[in-house]
Amino acid sequence: MTAPLDASESADRAEPEAITHGVRNTANRSLRQIAWQRFRRDKVALGGGIVVALLVLIALLAPLLTRWFGYPPNEFHQSLIDPLTGGVLRDPSDPMGGLDPMGGISADHLLGLEPVNGRDLFSRIVYGAQISLLVAFGATVLCVVIGTFLGVIAGYFGGWVDAVISRAMDIFLAFPLLLFAIALAGVIPDGAFGLQGNGLRVGVIIFIIGFFNWPYIGRIVRGQTLTLKEREFVEAARSLGASNSYILFRELLPNLVTPILVYSTLLIPTNIIFEASLSFLGVGINPPTPSWGGMLSNSLQYYTTSPHFVIIPGLAIFITVLAFNLLGDGLRDAFDPRSTD
Amino acid sequence: MIAYILRRLGAGALLLVIVTLVTFGIFYVVPRLAGQTTEQLATMYVGRAPTPEAIQATIDRLGLDQPIALQFWEFLKGIFVGAEYQFGRNVVECSAPCFGYSFQNYQEVFPEIVRRLPVTFSLAIGAAVIWLVGGVTVGMVSAIKKGSVFDRIAMGIALAGVSLPVFFTGLLALAFLVHAWGIFPSPGYTPFLNNPVAWATGLVLPWLTLAFLHAAMYARQTRAGMLETMGEDYIRTARAKGLKERTVVFKHGLRPTLTPILTIFGLDLGLVLGGAVLTEQVYSLNGIGRYAVQAIVQSDLPVILGVTLFGAFFVVVCNLIVDLLYAWVDPRVRVAG
Repeated sequence: MTAPLDASESADRAEPEAITHGVRNTANRSLRQIAWQRFRRDKVALGGGIVVALLVLIALLAPLLTRWFGYPPNEFHQSLIDPLTGGVLRDPSDPMGGLDPMGGISADHLLGLEPVNGRDLFSRIVYGAQISLLVAFGATVLCVVIGTFLGVIAGYFGGWVDAVISRAMDIFLAFPLLLFAIALAGVIPDGAFGLQGNGLRVGVIIFIIGFFNWPYIGRIVRGQTLTLKEREFVEAARSLGASNSYILFRELLPNLVTPILVYSTLLIPTNIIFEASLSFLGVGINPPTPSWGGMLSNSLQYYTTSPHFVIIPGLAIFITVLAFNLLGDGLRDAFDPRSTD
Repeated sequence: MIAYILRRLGAGALLLVIVTLVTFGIFYVVPRLAGQTTEQLATMYVGRAPTPEAIQATIDRLGLDQPIALQFWEFLKGIFVGAEYQFGRNVVECSAPCFGYSFQNYQEVFPEIVRRLPVTFSLAIGAAVIWLVGGVTVGMVSAIKKGSVFDRIAMGIALAGVSLPVFFTGLLALAFLVHAWGIFPSPGYTPFLNNPVAWATGLVLPWLTLAFLHAAMYARQTRAGMLETMGEDYIRTARAKGLKERTVVFKHGLRPTLTPILTIFGLDLGLVLGGAVLTEQVYSLNGIGRYAVQAIVQSDLPVILGVTLFGAFFVVVCNLIVDLLYAWVDPRVRVAG
């Protein structure tokens, strides 16, 4: 809860001129410039964007961060744990001294310790960000590739092509995705497609999400294509004898980049929650590789003695998802031609 | 109207076949694409002791060495007329609709699903009522009192709500509301007919947990839709001709806002089984979602297959019902198609 607020405060400090600067000069600016002006004035969205950037940085620098501020993510610290309850001891030198209500949060262990094994939570959260963002980005890219391709074709060619693809989109959206994901995770054996362990897991999850969620992008791209293809520049290209593929990829696609970017930002948080759900159910990332959903799954056994073990990975998911939602909402509003300046 | 109903029923039936085909594909074709041999595939269905004889028996029993089309035919036949499985000299019957047979527990899957259905339905229906009524009410009040303290707080909570996974809110509720502060009783399932009060108190937290996420989405949707509607010319006309504000809001403002909400509601109700999986897992409720999750742990593949197929059927039927209701509410749909 604290991080987004902090970030928006720093956003306040970062862009003071955005409020006074360039408010009444909309005469000759492109849609993208107008949108950027609007976005810069949207403090909440800007805050979300900054948090997203920080999270990406954290995920990329995970090995360095854990070396400086933590411990290896799979190193046990069982001397700090109460062997009876599995909770973190208030005072490691006094095994009878009771449990630490803060779960061992200290200068040494910034986010405390995991119950039972006593692994450093800071390191596990930081490494968990890697998996979470990797899966979310990967799945979103796959959704965008499939969705854009089929959406543009459906919108451009119309007729029976459009009918088939549109029906397919309806059908895909009607599938119980989570159940299918559980099923697929159950039937794909280790070593399939030449991938092992978590490489395979990540691949399978990305594939499942991409395969079933592409219609979200597909519908938007189709709708945009339907309006764009009636515009003069497409007409001009066609009268100059441009081929269909030239019009599709050189004329239409560049104009679709913005809506695609906006809606993929809104798809990422959904995908983060989906990966966490699968790991929570035990069909996502395999332990001991840290994942936020996997940690929450473990905390189901220890929430009575170690409530911090619920809060910390949960907050990690919450902050990440919220930041992407704020950024995506802000981008959508900024690019919405109907919204007033 | 009758032509429309027939057309939707036909489309629904087609969708059922497609869904069955996809489910079949996931369980019988995808593993082969992933490089599994017939023997390895049979091992996943064999049950407790995968001896070579048992594996061969499973291959024969399920016809795993037959052409894929024939296997799909057998699979379909099982759903409509039932199937029989050979165990040495014994024959086990899996009566229609045969959603699979757990060779680990020697149980037909469908009756097990039916047995757990009251738990999942109690959870899903209770939550759905809460999120529909709660979400729409909050969204409506927010739209009418746009910019007020209520609006800002409600939309802040709603924004947080769509960013909170069910299992996190559930765990927070367990750790604090139940364990640390003792405000709520331990969640659990008591059949409604045994004790309606215990049924409700045991399900309050699971309902609220599952409903919160959806309620947040509905509140946002309703608010946005309502704001758009209230800006329309006919609302100004309604006010100008001296209608009471209440009539304007409920009759002219809310109705067009509700139609898209109802569509989403149909989709969500179909997909609620997915959310129910997570809620049941957090609160240890023995519904069909937990049945599937436990089957993963025991790698009891037929159970996962059965629940997946059931979930897919459920989605199709829910969407069909909503389509028909929609045509009833909005006559334009019937003509368009």
